[in-house]
Amino acid sequence: MSYPEFDARAHRTADAVARRSYGKLVAFLAARTRDVAAAEDALSEAFAAALADWPRNGCPSNPEAWLLTVARRKAIDMARGRRRHEIAGEQLRVMAEGLDAAAAESEIPDQRLALMFACAHPAIDAAIRAPLILQVVLGLDAAMIASAFLTSPAAMGKRLVRAKDKIRQAGIPFRIPEREELPVRLDTVLAAIYAAFTEGWTDPGGTDVVRRDLTEESFFLARLAVELLPEEPEALGLLALMLHAEARRRARRSEDGEYVPLAEQDPALWDLQMIDEAEALLLRASGLGVIGRYQLEGALQSAHIHRCRTGRSNWVEVVRFYDALFALAGSPVVAINRALAIAEVHGASAALAAMPDVAADVRLAEYQPYWAARAELLTKTGAHDEARRAYEIAIGLERNPAVRRFLQKRLSALAL
Amino acid sequence: MKYMLMAYVNEAGWPKMTKAEQEQGMAAYMAYGEAMTKAGVLLGSNRLQPSSAATTVRAANGKSQVLDGPYVDSKEQLGGYFLIDVADLDAAISWASRCPAAGHGVVEVRPIWGMQA
Repeated sequence: MSYPEFDARAHRTADAVARRSYGKLVAFLAARTRDVAAAEDALSEAFAAALADWPRNGCPSNPEAWLLTVARRKAIDMARGRRRHEIAGEQLRVMAEGLDAAAAESEIPDQRLALMFACAHPAIDAAIRAPLILQVVLGLDAAMIASAFLTSPAAMGKRLVRAKDKIRQAGIPFRIPEREELPVRLDTVLAAIYAAFTEGWTDPGGTDVVRRDLTEESFFLARLAVELLPEEPEALGLLALMLHAEARRRARRSEDGEYVPLAEQDPALWDLQMIDEAEALLLRASGLGVIGRYQLEGALQSAHIHRCRTGRSNWVEVVRFYDALFALAGSPVVAINRALAIAEVHGASAALAAMPDVAADVRLAEYQPYWAARAELLTKTGAHDEARRAYEIAIGLERNPAVRRFLQKRLSALAL
Repeated sequence: MKYMLMAYVNEAGWPKMTKAEQEQGMAAYMAYGEAMTKAGVLLGSNRLQPSSAATTVRAANGKSQVLDGPYVDSKEQLGGYFLIDVADLDAAISWASRCPAAGHGVVEVRPIWGMQA
């Protein structure tokens, strides 16, 4: 075998291990010390060592174990290098214990879920939980995460460092919470995964590589949550919801890149395999007997798809789902969608009355879907002047050009 | 890990309470301390005199300045603390949530600067 070929194989193996095992290795390295940053540093040195060693000496039979051994040695070296002797002493003791434990186990235990629970702990700032999980479980770099979450790499880097410091200093445990607190705590983990997904989802055309990757990564996390917690209905519900949304990605834009609303989408463009998987997951979740936000949102997606496929109106059912969702998680976003469903059953005036009040929640004033929904309902009631004003605000707030063009079209149709 | 649970409470509330209510409040704190002692987590605790008894000292440029009153002028003041030794933040939060002060004020949970900090 020639050197370049050998080199490429070593790279491929390293990449594959990184993709599959990064989070597992970080979780295992950090579980005892709670020092995520040190675990990441040690692991990145181990990967660098692998890329130097494997092309020369061949890929090891168990690359994961090889990386872990090197990373542990690096971590101990780094701790030795620190000036704070007593701290290093304590860490060395903990790490040495871990080294023995690792040597005794041929299989590295999967503590990624415990790591996710640490990252999505209520004591961690809610806005940084999703970025933190993407970084420590999947190894994405701060620049890529920053670009997906529309912040600067420097700011994102700083916030990630601060969050890791908090885990270490505050003593946030790497543990799957006890039965009684699991539902609440799982909610923050699922919310973080969903936040990562919706950030990726804002680019339905899939032209933005960073965001498309983020969708794939969030699916990886959602599947991981289902795999590790197969009896948690909300984990199943979240994956179902994501699959339903993803199944219609191709139908959400026309060939020339224009935004296509659900009612006008071509069902032939939907991914039936994803829809089937989503339906099966929802069925499995409903058998577990605890309803929740993600299952309800998944069920709503399912109802919309069913209506579009069969042509049979099911808006009464949809309103009922929204009522339940609103009672469970009464956000303004839910209220807006519920109002739009009410319009289909009871008319636009009833829907306008059901809309949340912008005076009661100032955030609505900057929320595009609120103004777009209002504009649509006002158009239906014939209040064209007010509708025009609402469309203008919606257009001004939208950051996606295709959606902006769609709203502009609606506005000009109104002017005729 | 060691944590300090700091109870911040509205000091104006205490004098307004009836004698019976004050006794009930005291009993709740006693029971809380007792439970912590039984669980073997309590390292120490104290109730503080109201912030009207506080004096703030600063020594800038070698010149000390002494002022009457607490450092932060707010409605909620540090009224007492519990120093505990537990496994992790979850255990500390669990104790903090049982503190009577969590019901009528807030409890701040801070790790002690020790080996792992």
